[in-house]
Amino acid sequence: MTVEARPIPRTRLPGFAPLLVLASAVVMAALVLMPLFVVFGDAFSKGFGKYLASIRDPDAVSAIKLTLLVAAIAVPLNAAFGIAAAWCIAKFEFRGKSALLTLIDLPFSMSPVVSGLVWVLLFGAQGWFGTWLIDHDVRIIFATTGLVLATILVTFPFVARELIPLMQDQGADEEAAALTLGASGLTTFWKITLPNIRWALLYGVLLCNARAMGEFGAVSVVSGHIRGLTTTLPLHVEVLYNDYDFVGAFAAASLLASLGLVTLVLKTTLEWRHAGELSANRRH
Amino acid sequence: MTAQAILRPGGVAAKAHPRRSRWVEHSILPGFGVSLGITLAYLGAIVVLPLIALAIRPWELGPEGVWHALAAPRVAAALKLSFGLSALAALLNAPLGMLIAWTLTRYEFLGKRILDALVDLPFALPTAVAGIALTAIYAPNGPLGSLAAKIGIKTAYSPLGIFIALVFIGLPFVVRSLQPVLQDLDREVEEAATTLGANSLQRAVMVILPALAPSLISGVSLAFARAVGEYGSVVFIAGNLPGKTEIAPLLIVIKLEQYDYAGAAAIGLAMVAISFGSLILINLLQLFLARRGKA
Repeated sequence: MTVEARPIPRTRLPGFAPLLVLASAVVMAALVLMPLFVVFGDAFSKGFGKYLASIRDPDAVSAIKLTLLVAAIAVPLNAAFGIAAAWCIAKFEFRGKSALLTLIDLPFSMSPVVSGLVWVLLFGAQGWFGTWLIDHDVRIIFATTGLVLATILVTFPFVARELIPLMQDQGADEEAAALTLGASGLTTFWKITLPNIRWALLYGVLLCNARAMGEFGAVSVVSGHIRGLTTTLPLHVEVLYNDYDFVGAFAAASLLASLGLVTLVLKTTLEWRHAGELSANRRH
Repeated sequence: MTAQAILRPGGVAAKAHPRRSRWVEHSILPGFGVSLGITLAYLGAIVVLPLIALAIRPWELGPEGVWHALAAPRVAAALKLSFGLSALAALLNAPLGMLIAWTLTRYEFLGKRILDALVDLPFALPTAVAGIALTAIYAPNGPLGSLAAKIGIKTAYSPLGIFIALVFIGLPFVVRSLQPVLQDLDREVEEAATTLGANSLQRAVMVILPALAPSLISGVSLAFARAVGEYGSVVFIAGNLPGKTEIAPLLIVIKLEQYDYAGAAAIGLAMVAISFGSLILINLLQLFLARRGKA
């Protein structure tokens, strides 16, 4: 004779539960989901033709290209930095480590506007290096370089923050084993470390890229809003919106919203499929 | 003895690099110097040098000048508005975040995974996109703005509009801070409370809330810190009326457009200082709660 264990009920408040679920769904729908629908709704409000025309507009196309260019420079640099920082912080014990970690986290607690402001203080017309730059005919502020610098500052913790906790969990035993078996340092990194961290690296790059392409405050300060030259896609949205070209603004915004959605789907997929290979706070 | 301890020829290496060994424990792994060098050089150029500029530039005005720049009615009003509304929004995020984190961890329902993924939408949506979308919703002719207008409430282009935008961007911080704690919370403690005769309200207030408090506080403070500096999702819905709906980050942008670098830097430095001060206070509160929890 077998005794079947009675399942413990998930909740002792059967009457209350649906109410709470409903309340959550309403909050999420009204506060979070509605903006998403409005973006696409308003973008197509004057028909598909108008939408397509807004996206094919030369200023829009150059804004898209500039956004891609800035991300293509900022993201790989921050990924390389993230790997280097994670390597020394996670695999070695040294003094001053917590100060280093604090510095890496710092940009997350700074206003994006301040992250743009600091570059103007350095390289703007009246910045510390302003006169020197003018004498040598180098432009940083109101040019692509400034956009890249501002984007790098805003996005640089993303990759490091994903890698450091994961690599700390993994320890250095596997690498140490490879090295004692005669593998070179570089081989060890390529064959042991990189495969161990690839999903977390991808996760960090994904978040870093989404923020880099969508950043507004920091680049707004250093851009100068020169149409077709220094307006990234988010700035293009602002320019059109302030010109009362709402369809154009929401059409450009719909591209950014799609980027956000794709990022969200990929991020969620990584959390489901490769939970064990992401840093512990990402496991669901 | 562990494998690592055998692999460590500590004495020899310590003699070979007596200066380095005081700072770094010897390891068989290569690349410490290179990776630390890259990290420090990058951090120095991208974070430290710019922050030094931020810390030094305001003082060109002299201490009195900095005070005058910050005490000017327009600046003081913007700082008060930014910090005040951010605190209010973060406080509303506490019950909203608890509600959503609770349903996501405790109940099984259709579409739960989608709801869970959507929590991150305010992170994923670029701020300018959220900004114009929220403005369209809460403008006097928008779907929710017109409803509010009917009962005489102005949402967009008023402090209430800024507040809504700040609640929007802060929500994920609270939910994501609470979820892991709720997940790990020991069910037996709640069941014990029930067998001892506690009703559901007593359980929530006396058993669950104290366990959640530290992570709730850290989630709320993250939401607060983010809200104080927020620009993109606020600037469209704010209305930007000097002294009334003008937020501190916008004032930095305006000062820069007037080439008042020192004034802009003063506001930036004040924001960093006030945020830092409030984070220290919050940490102290957390420490106090943690101690009380142990006692």
